[in-house]
Amino acid sequence: MAPDANPHQATVADGTPDPETEAAGGGLVDWAYVLHQLRSSPLTIVGLSLITLVLFTMAAAPWIAPYDPNRIDLTSRLAPPSLKHWMGTDQIGRDLFSRIIWGSRVSVSIGFAIVGISMLIGTVTGAFSGLVGGRTDSIIMRFMDVLLSFPSFVMAMALAAALGPDLINAMLAIAVVRIPFYVRLARGQALSLRERPYVKAAVTFGATRMQIVRRHVVPNAMAPIIVQSTLDIGSAILTAAALSFIGLGAQPPTAEWGAMVSAGRDYLLDQWWYATFPGLAILLTAVGFNLLGDGLRDILDPKLRAR
Amino acid sequence: MSLANIIRRRLLLLILVVFGVTLVTFAISHMIPGDPARMMAGERASDEIVEKMRENLGLNKPVAVQYAIYVGQIARGDFGTSIRTQRPVISDIKKFFPATIELALAAMLFAIIVGVPLGVISAVSKDRLIDHLSRSISVVGISTPAFWLGLLMILVFYGQLGILPGSGRIDGVIGPPTTITGFYTIDAALTGNWPAFKSAVQHLILPGLTLGFLHLGVVTRQIRSAMLEVMSEDYVRTARASGLSRRQIIYGHALRNALIPSITMIGLAFGDLLYGAVLTETVFAWPGMGAYVVQSISSLDFPAIMAFTVVASTAYVLINLFVDLIYMVLDPQIREVG
Repeated sequence: MAPDANPHQATVADGTPDPETEAAGGGLVDWAYVLHQLRSSPLTIVGLSLITLVLFTMAAAPWIAPYDPNRIDLTSRLAPPSLKHWMGTDQIGRDLFSRIIWGSRVSVSIGFAIVGISMLIGTVTGAFSGLVGGRTDSIIMRFMDVLLSFPSFVMAMALAAALGPDLINAMLAIAVVRIPFYVRLARGQALSLRERPYVKAAVTFGATRMQIVRRHVVPNAMAPIIVQSTLDIGSAILTAAALSFIGLGAQPPTAEWGAMVSAGRDYLLDQWWYATFPGLAILLTAVGFNLLGDGLRDILDPKLRAR
Repeated sequence: MSLANIIRRRLLLLILVVFGVTLVTFAISHMIPGDPARMMAGERASDEIVEKMRENLGLNKPVAVQYAIYVGQIARGDFGTSIRTQRPVISDIKKFFPATIELALAAMLFAIIVGVPLGVISAVSKDRLIDHLSRSISVVGISTPAFWLGLLMILVFYGQLGILPGSGRIDGVIGPPTTITGFYTIDAALTGNWPAFKSAVQHLILPGLTLGFLHLGVVTRQIRSAMLEVMSEDYVRTARASGLSRRQIIYGHALRNALIPSITMIGLAFGDLLYGAVLTETVFAWPGMGAYVVQSISSLDFPAIMAFTVVASTAYVLINLFVDLIYMVLDPQIREVG
């Protein structure tokens, strides 16, 4: 639930940006403070480490994966975890450890893409809506209220089913249903920023609405949006994996974590490793983003810091 | 604004949402590649028959008219015939709906029974080991893929230990109890059918725990943060100053007030259980709406998918409305100000 910021209550302590330090759109990071916060929050460090590990895995997949993820080896089908195959093999002898490593590129990137798309469209729409105000604003917001009342997973599922089972379609379907969250968040920020002297000054100097949105509102509204999007990446990854699990996302032979769990389901009782390890990868990645998001919120939102 | 006004406004939103959902499902049905008339008539039907089918289905009429017909049918509870089961979709949904609600209620019950105390303990021992532990549990809860947790449960409790059943709602040998509410546990208890009751409860445990664990995190987080907020209020300090015991303050004052804002969150979470239910039911072969829609998806049974979307969305909005009303009744501040 994105709080609707009241422009009259907006202060620095609310987590809204300080115009003095931020009017230029950057340079607000107090690294000593960030380090202090990190040191006092072990869970954030765990989150940061997990995400670093995931990003490293994605980048270094070709070098750290012991096998080609699609190499079929019928002589070692459904082999249990061993020194040769750390996480065992699947029904056609592909090395699961290598497939999980390569799968990170698919499963995690899709999370970034979903959040990127919905954040971009949502933030611009919300900032515009808040700045323009009046009828346009109310129409946009009523429309968003309606969209927010849809059960998002069910809608994403219906959309993905209609578009056809495919990873890109699943990504688009999930991104679309997430847009309203960012619209509300950015609009609240825009409403409070609209009243700031430097935005009023920009209006006086004849800046267009798009210029104000791009130069002032978007950069200054970023802090809460970054927190929200970090928390969202975890759930976007989970949703994408879930769609893949029910057959609406990645299709074989793509190494994707949700689809791998789904394939491993048929061998659950005898080959426990098959479904277990890809699911563990999803879990650890989602935990990482959620912990990091919580940590970022504590660092960026001074109001919550007190608690 | 008076309570009646708020209700009126919310009902208006409800109508808008249901209207929006039908618009979306209608649009989606028209986005599907392929010709529905040909699909219904069969691949080898002659063009003449396909044309006749098109007329029967109203597909030759203008889009706006088609939409009006579609909404009219939905209003009468007519969602068409399922391509897969060849039965009216509405009777399928009626059959599977109670199973989903029973599962969701069991999950909610677990999440509340475990989550509320965990949130309270976490808040009163903020930043101590137990707080870190409980926060870790809640983060893991919201980060766990439902389908995977379900599989692990089956693997351990059914496969390895063999103490609980891993699929279905009831033992096939026993058979379902006489239908009264559609909830097997309640129906079995009402009719005094104890073997069926035992079996229904046993079948409910693993899916209920799976779905419940995902919501445990939401409940714990909400209670913790509401408790922390309440504990810093003046009246709690006053209560402390007047010598009330810690226990009296926590349970008598703080928790009661922390529960009010939590009702909204927990209620919304109940709406979200629909999401988890789709995955949990699939994994446990639980014959509910979620498993039904996933099977419909794999056979591209669009009348069934769209009917599920409309029914699930309407249920979701109704639950949210109901939760907000409870909230308003419980919180006089909201009732007065709106």
